[in-house]
Amino acid sequence: MSNIEMTIGLILLIIITFTLLFLSLRQRRTGKSPAFRRIASISKLKRAVGLSVEEGSRVHVALGNASLTQPASSSAFVSLKTLREVGEMCSNSDNPPVASSGDGVLALLSQDTLHDVARQTHTLELFQPENGRLAGVTPLTNVIGALQTVNDPEVKTNVLIGNFGSEAGLLSTVSQEKGSLTIAASDSLTAQATFFATVEQPLIGEELFAVPAYLHSEPIQNASLKVQDLLRGLVVLTLLVGAILKLVGVL
Amino acid sequence: MRSPLVPIIAFLVGIVILAGYFIPSPILVAIRTPMLDWAVILSGVAGLIAIFHLIFGVHGRRLRDPEKPHTFSFVVILVFILTAAIGLILTGINNPIYQKMITNIQMPIETSLMAVLAVTLAYASLRLLQRQRNWVGFVFFITVILFLVINSGIFSLFSDVPVLRGLVSSLSQAPLAGARGILIGVALGTLLTGIRILIGSDRPYNS
Repeated sequence: MSNIEMTIGLILLIIITFTLLFLSLRQRRTGKSPAFRRIASISKLKRAVGLSVEEGSRVHVALGNASLTQPASSSAFVSLKTLREVGEMCSNSDNPPVASSGDGVLALLSQDTLHDVARQTHTLELFQPENGRLAGVTPLTNVIGALQTVNDPEVKTNVLIGNFGSEAGLLSTVSQEKGSLTIAASDSLTAQATFFATVEQPLIGEELFAVPAYLHSEPIQNASLKVQDLLRGLVVLTLLVGAILKLVGVL
Repeated sequence: MRSPLVPIIAFLVGIVILAGYFIPSPILVAIRTPMLDWAVILSGVAGLIAIFHLIFGVHGRRLRDPEKPHTFSFVVILVFILTAAIGLILTGINNPIYQKMITNIQMPIETSLMAVLAVTLAYASLRLLQRQRNWVGFVFFITVILFLVINSGIFSLFSDVPVLRGLVSSLSQAPLAGARGILIGVALGTLLTGIRILIGSDRPYNS
């Protein structure tokens, strides 16, 4: 990249950061949450978690294969945040959620997240380190390891969220065939296509990044979604203007 | 109350790494490179800990639990010990005999799993319209069939017909446009997630 591109990138980054902080602070001050469109899968997940608390079943969160030192790490962070929210929602249950992952760091962070949730919700006696486990170190072994958890009779809800490949189709298919509620979201195009074919209501595209905000409304998360919407509008506008200019021969 | 020390360290490290990307300064590079190296080493150690936890924590515990099935856990522990022992005896993972052994076991297993996956996905595709009873599901199904036909190369038989050639060529670009649209959304989400972690509002670690 040239220096000009770098400078433009840096300026944009600073503007986006300040817009995020401004919207977050404004929302904190006014106390008004913005209204977002309804996402059926996330509403279903909320209901399923409530039901699992009532009937004493367990929620399984598959966190994917993303390593935190790779570009796909953002989906790992979203999956960890989702695990935290699901853990907090399950705090009244005797069966805390169980997390499986395909990366060592992610596995340790999932344990850490579950431990922190248990500490905050005063349910440390229910915390077991085995609930945040490494399922396998390659994408396929991760899926095979996670299948054991999906097949666990106690598990009635499976949340597949993070970076997966087409192999995640095995997980989602088994989960659907078992009759468990399956919520699936990924940043990978292959996994999204697979989920679309195997899950009733998959989350597509950037909906993955909306899951934590929809599960628990926080000013910073809401502001983040708002900024995403603004940026998307900006990108659409730029594409349209670019296409028109190209059409009339200016570009 | 949570200690602010960890978020402060995370913020400073994040800023240095990010600044090193945007500002090509030798000082920043000198600070950034060892930090990234440490991250990779820490990631490797974490991987090792997670593997030991999986083997001796999860499967070891399952072996001790009389109510849970033991067979698979026993096989996992046995194969892990055998693999580690052979690796140590043959002095490391770069040994060609060791590499050959592991590859010749792992490759057929993963290949057969991919075969199972292919059948599973083909079956799921056939049941797609049962599952997605809406116009999106219908469009997805038709699109899959259409692009399977286009990519099969059957239209190359009619490459002499200019209109058809142009139409097929234009249609082949359509999935790329859709993929780019989805990727733009994912990129925006990634950007915002990164910023939230950098400013310390999202903390994937306990402090």
